[in-house]
Amino acid sequence: MQLIVNGETTQVRDGLRLTDLVPEPRGVAVAVNGAVVRAADWPHTQLRDDDRVEVVTAHQGG
Amino acid sequence: MSVVTPLMLAGEAVTSRLWIGTGGLTSPESVRGVVEAAQPGLVTVSVRRTSTLAAGGLLSTLRELGVRILPNTAGCLSAREAVVTAELAREALGTDWVKLEVIGDERSLLPDVVDLVEAAATLVDRGFTVLPYTTADPVVARRLVDVGCAAVMPLGSPIGSGRGIDDPHAIEAVRAAVSVPVVLDAGIGTASDAALALELGCDAVLVATAVTRAEDPVAMAAAMRHGVVAGSLAAGAGRIPRREEARASSPMHGRVTV
Repeated sequence: MQLIVNGETTQVRDGLRLTDLVPEPRGVAVAVNGAVVRAADWPHTQLRDDDRVEVVTAHQGG
Repeated sequence: MSVVTPLMLAGEAVTSRLWIGTGGLTSPESVRGVVEAAQPGLVTVSVRRTSTLAAGGLLSTLRELGVRILPNTAGCLSAREAVVTAELAREALGTDWVKLEVIGDERSLLPDVVDLVEAAATLVDRGFTVLPYTTADPVVARRLVDVGCAAVMPLGSPIGSGRGIDDPHAIEAVRAAVSVPVVLDAGIGTASDAALALELGCDAVLVATAVTRAEDPVAMAAAMRHGVVAGSLAAGAGRIPRREEARASSPMHGRVTV
């Protein structure tokens, strides 16, 4: 299946869970299809074909 | 009183009335130098895409320095984007404080105050402490307080312009309209602008570009720290009224006549 991770299309194996994609939750946050998914829910969040995943962290900014 | 008291914001003491934005600081060394010179009460960061493996180096630098981090929603163009970005910031950074920005015009970077009030109301309902970047308009400021914002952050002049405070009367009007802290955000060019903000009744100032893009950011950070202290003390010291005519400060009595 394919995911759109931070705007880029990526091929991944079927059945991938969020925790497989983002193993280290410290300092990052994730939204799937526009909804924030808490780190505690990553291990049982099954990703689906064409899911849009945003992975963010703190960056310089006013 | 010759000591600046901490700012109480949402029930918590913020130790300095100078807040620093990190936009424009590109290395951990520059962040460290500016933060050490400014000794800011808060440091703002934006929330941006990252590679999935690397949590930001900026975050670890700021955590080492022990400063309080205030995420913003910079670059968001709608209430919906700003709300999702704030939620992501809370998850990533473990704070429910957010500097709420909803930009309405990418040329002027002025806020969209309609979406701003809507986003503020949503975020307050979801447990956030909301500090909104807004126009220097007392009516909008009151609307933001009505929906539960913990402070208001009026702009002195457009973001990054360095023009200082275009309309001091508007800032005073915002100050008079609300009882929550007023934090001057955007437009500061140099230390005297920061001092003026405090003299006008603001409780703190947020400075980014004026420091980070100064020729010597560390020196300007120190200048801003002193400017804010000077302005805060002056605001509490009771300035003399402006007069149309001169008034001698030396006594006339006992002067030499020849």
